[in-house]
Amino acid sequence: MIEVQNVSKEFTLHNQGGAVLRVMEGASLTVAKGECVALTGASGAGKSTLMRMIWGNYRTDHGMIRVGDAQISGAEPRRIIALRRSTLGYVSQFLRVVPRVPTVRVVAEPLLALGVAEEEAEARAAALLTRLNIGENLWGLSPTTFSGGEQQRVNIARGFIHPYPALLLDEPTASLDAANRETVMRLIEEAKMRGAAILGIFHDEAARERLCDRQVDVAGFVPGRAA
Amino acid sequence: MSLLDASGGGICHKEEVHASSSLPKHLDSDSPLLSVRSVAKRYGARIGCKDISFDLWPGEVLGVVGESGSGKSTLLGCLSGQLRPDGGEVLFDTRDRGPVDTLRMSEPQRRHLARTDWAFVHQNPRDGLRMGVSAGGNVGERLMATGARHYGRIREAASDWLDRVEIDTGRIDDRPRQFSGGMQQRLQIARNLVSGPRLAFMDEPTGGLDVSVQARLLDLLRGLVRDMGLSAVLVTHDLAVVRLLADRLIVMKDGRVVETGLTDQVLDDPQHGYTQLLVSSVLQV
Repeated sequence: MIEVQNVSKEFTLHNQGGAVLRVMEGASLTVAKGECVALTGASGAGKSTLMRMIWGNYRTDHGMIRVGDAQISGAEPRRIIALRRSTLGYVSQFLRVVPRVPTVRVVAEPLLALGVAEEEAEARAAALLTRLNIGENLWGLSPTTFSGGEQQRVNIARGFIHPYPALLLDEPTASLDAANRETVMRLIEEAKMRGAAILGIFHDEAARERLCDRQVDVAGFVPGRAA
Repeated sequence: MSLLDASGGGICHKEEVHASSSLPKHLDSDSPLLSVRSVAKRYGARIGCKDISFDLWPGEVLGVVGESGSGKSTLLGCLSGQLRPDGGEVLFDTRDRGPVDTLRMSEPQRRHLARTDWAFVHQNPRDGLRMGVSAGGNVGERLMATGARHYGRIREAASDWLDRVEIDTGRIDDRPRQFSGGMQQRLQIARNLVSGPRLAFMDEPTGGLDVSVQARLLDLLRGLVRDMGLSAVLVTHDLAVVRLLADRLIVMKDGRVVETGLTDQVLDDPQHGYTQLLVSSVLQV
């Protein structure tokens, strides 16, 4: 479902004398339907970079990335937008929302973009927020005022509100208490059961052991120091 | 993809059918709504904009960013018929005749388009509103220009749109100059969108507003774009605004396009030195 083939990445810093940072070389991996694969490696080794290249906000200059039938590398923006709408979900560590929009709308938004009616979308958002222990008294407020753990759960709700066939998870269980951590792990297990292909970064070792079928160490994709 | 069908499954209320059915139209569309080819405009010896080419697809919001003087407002003027470019083509997919070069249209045809299928939202609401006419009159005027004559129905449509842009309908007879800046901007949007246009040109629509008012307007615009399947060309120097509103970006410098791409790709992984400078110059809050 997710396929990464011989991908390399470099950044050219034009305002710092054109310095070229080579950050990745020869990255390859696949994630099958119903499989959860963990990206491991020291921080700075390129886990997030690889996730962003699959999401499409980092450009893939060399190599090929595919999600389902759609090629990410070199794709027209509107193809990536369509893919994100229906097929590829992403739970990042940051919540980026229009300020002052109520939490229940923030979570319902991916469904609204898919054409689901407002009433149904908000009902599904409310159910998921309840499951994630975000009290009803908070639904009408903007999540920008929430604590880190609450924002994280709003982010997770946004990523799980639609049954995406492919999911990218960046530290989904970080900054959660035991009960919420358990809920999130159940959500991930349910996604696997329905056949989602999941690629994630889990610093939480116990979560990784329980959820992941395989690990891919990105240390193998660090370029030689020749440059 | 079958998942799309699954997500809409179980919906059977009549009023919801419209919203659900708008999606395939966006995704399946094989022809751009607007095709811009080699548009150029000079002011004497100075370049306003040059070699501008892009496609805009139905339901898509294209952000045009750059510093003041980069040519983005000139470009918007050329696309919307407010300025006359020196060369190039601006093909708009009209309802009845398919793609037509709007630069070679007759003036009455272009004016008709500007009143029906196009909208223009100015940075300063005073440039887009008639300040001496009531709020309801401002919204109704566009309907009358396209042939609506029934007073009751026009007033009803105007009232409905005031409600959609969150203006108290009890103020339908007030003049815009009695409104706050944010309300004036929302009224301008209502006036423009009442005719159900397919393409909106927006010039810094949130500029000059308090940040809290900006946020409300951004949310409103996002909802309208989604619900109406509206396409938009949005000119702004505010990268936070395009991050939240635009699907795709064009970065302009000295009248030329230096970079284009998916919005978060241009902002998170800028390729051109100028874009890198622009992105790294934003103040963090």
